Amino acid sequence: MGYFLQQLINGLTLGMIYGLIAIGYTMVYGIIGMINFAHGEIFMISAFISIITFLVLGLLGMGWVPLALVLILVTTMLLTAVYGWALERVAYRPLRGSPRLAALITAIGMSIFLQNYVQLLQGARIKPLQPVISGGFRFLSESDFSVNLSYLQIFIIVLTICLMLGFTALINRTALGRAQRACEQDLGMAALVGIDVDRTISLTFVMGAALASVAGLMFLLNYGVIDFYIGFLAGIKAFTAAVLGGIGSLPGAMLGGLLIGLIEAFWSAYFTVEYKDVAVFSIMILVLIFRPTGLLGKPDIEKV
Amino acid sequence: MAVASDAATALRPLDPAYVLKEAGAVAAIVFALSISLVGFKTEDVPGGITVVTRFGAVAIVTVIAFFGRLGLILLREGRPFPVLVTALPFALALFALLLWDQLFAPEIGLRRFLPFGDIIVNWLLAIFAAILAGRAAWTFRHEPREQSAEEREKKMDRVVAAPVQRAARLVGPLLLGFAIILPFLPIADRRLLDIGILVMTYIMLGWGLNVVVGLAGLLDLGYVAFYAVGAYSYALLATHFDLGFWICLPFAGIMAAFAGILLGFPVLRLRGDYLAIVTLGFGEMVRIILLNWYDFTNGPDGISGIPRPSFFGLPFVRNPPEGTETFHSFFGLSYSPIDRIIFLYYVILLLALATNAFTLRLRKLPVSRAWEALREDETACRSLGINPRNTKLTAFAIGAMFGGFGGSFFATRQGFISPESFTFIESAIILAIVVLGGMGSQIGVVFAAILLIGLPEFFRELQQFRMLAFGATMVTIMIWRPRGLLAHREPTIHLSDEKTPTGHN
Repeated sequence: MGYFLQQLINGLTLGMIYGLIAIGYTMVYGIIGMINFAHGEIFMISAFISIITFLVLGLLGMGWVPLALVLILVTTMLLTAVYGWALERVAYRPLRGSPRLAALITAIGMSIFLQNYVQLLQGARIKPLQPVISGGFRFLSESDFSVNLSYLQIFIIVLTICLMLGFTALINRTALGRAQRACEQDLGMAALVGIDVDRTISLTFVMGAALASVAGLMFLLNYGVIDFYIGFLAGIKAFTAAVLGGIGSLPGAMLGGLLIGLIEAFWSAYFTVEYKDVAVFSIMILVLIFRPTGLLGKPDIEKV
Repeated sequence: MAVASDAATALRPLDPAYVLKEAGAVAAIVFALSISLVGFKTEDVPGGITVVTRFGAVAIVTVIAFFGRLGLILLREGRPFPVLVTALPFALALFALLLWDQLFAPEIGLRRFLPFGDIIVNWLLAIFAAILAGRAAWTFRHEPREQSAEEREKKMDRVVAAPVQRAARLVGPLLLGFAIILPFLPIADRRLLDIGILVMTYIMLGWGLNVVVGLAGLLDLGYVAFYAVGAYSYALLATHFDLGFWICLPFAGIMAAFAGILLGFPVLRLRGDYLAIVTLGFGEMVRIILLNWYDFTNGPDGISGIPRPSFFGLPFVRNPPEGTETFHSFFGLSYSPIDRIIFLYYVILLLALATNAFTLRLRKLPVSRAWEALREDETACRSLGINPRNTKLTAFAIGAMFGGFGGSFFATRQGFISPESFTFIESAIILAIVVLGGMGSQIGVVFAAILLIGLPEFFRELQQFRMLAFGATMVTIMIWRPRGLLAHREPTIHLSDEKTPTGHN
């Protein structure tokens, strides 16, 4: 029982990270119908920006952890958002209205480019970081095992929930959110009624990158090591999460992320660690075969 | 002179505040992009990591962005003169410095005048400045004219793609002839032949994938899985049962084709991007299984000692075991290690040609027509009585079969395979070759493979920039020609009563 609960906690934490990345995929897919393959690299870049900010603050003598975390969070979100914006402006906007394959190839090209860009600038070695938030609660102690809920996990879960509440309010209540939902339904029609479509799409990338950057910071805190290659696998799993939840649906992305995190945690705990990615991909394939619109997605009717 | 003054009066007046604001905005964005990853570098120190600063590079990049953008604005507003007089001397000075540096070794000490520490980045800057100057010179001669993307696309089709396609009838045999005599040319050394082998492997894989992506329109991001199946089939059959390359080759193809059908079944209902992501997942699954199924595949250690191909049973070795004939002794030649490379070169040439011939013939068969119809409209196809399931499965199987052939050639060439060789990036490269060349274009695949595989191999010294340039090239080509370099296709059927065949142009 304790073991199960522990895996539940680990899986939820992991799932929150995937969910935050998945939102970026699902929003972009919802509006312009492309897989933003480079989104995983944006996540990776944000993890690097986080670690650099950490080190710089450490050199400046910033010792108080809560303030440091807030500063890092804000810096990383801002700087990563610029990357998201630039990515759309440079690589995707010129291709609007081109064949979908062209956009996908460009995205893959961008992904390769960004990976090597970071590798060139920061080196290929893994970057370790000492634990910043340590300690936690222990409960359900049995003879040799106790469930551990660390402060870090609480931080990740609380921060994600706060972000999700704020983000939902942004989408449902503000003018930007309205414009975004309109673009999602029909780009041409939205342009006709006076919505600045280019700006809305840019801001979508900015929001997606900002959320992914929070995930990057959490990943860094949770695992303590990053390298230039983390974006690929995390990106694919987050995309799987978006598909699982129903692509285009924001609550779906979060739900999918949580499910992927749980599957991964339980599979590693009860079966084999080596095949956890195979399990994730198999589930994605099964979902797509039996429920191609995902769990919360709208059916996609194709007309001739 | 009158013309010039007319043109000058026709210019819109510049608003300096606006121009500075636009250039400043670009500079600010470049600053925000570079301050984190360029401005600080993480470095290992005992017991952890620390950061060192590189603010100089950030400042230079920002300044360059500002002036580069300023130059582009001036060109857009039809004022090339200031751009030309700044960019041209700048480019020339930089080129002169760089050449000086290359020729007379760095000890003269001019290197400190270069803006960046890295020589390659300086070259890039010089080229960028030269391009800016060139565009300025061009604007002098020609009115700046707004072209829509579609216009540009059509113009490129007419000017570049169509002549190349027409010339393909001539270029194809020429290239083929060149490929055949290449090993006997004086320029052919081991390195060139190795590059040739590599390029032709990718050409063959590109032609194979073209069946799936170009003809059937099924976006496959996991093609490397079939490549891996082919390679492991040959490696395992050869090492366990002591079979030769030519016997295993068909088996490898069949195994890969089965893998294709295996993948094909579940994904038949999926379309477009979903299909892409599922095939990607499949490719990764195959790699993970190869990595972890230690008893069968030897896991991350890979399989070594894979037999090399032999020339009708004659091996390419210097000291054969007692009583066996080798290639050089049979033909009375002296032993030379390059013989084996030349032989491999011809093997892959043969395989690639077979792939080409097969796929070209395939296009005339009903099944290929069905693929193309399915690509255009699946629903309409279904109502016309085409069975989408079988049609897609044949495409997957045939494409995968060529992947398997390519894989077993790879295994025999390397003599050693491990899951490391079958990562997603390989799939991406092969797909990029097909799409950049122009989907469905056979000659386009050749050009794209030479461009993406051959050129970077020549610039091995720039190793660390190789993949960066690869990604950037993919993006640039797609933005420039979203349908691929040689995507233009002449209509194959004309109406017989077309009135003026000579009227247009």
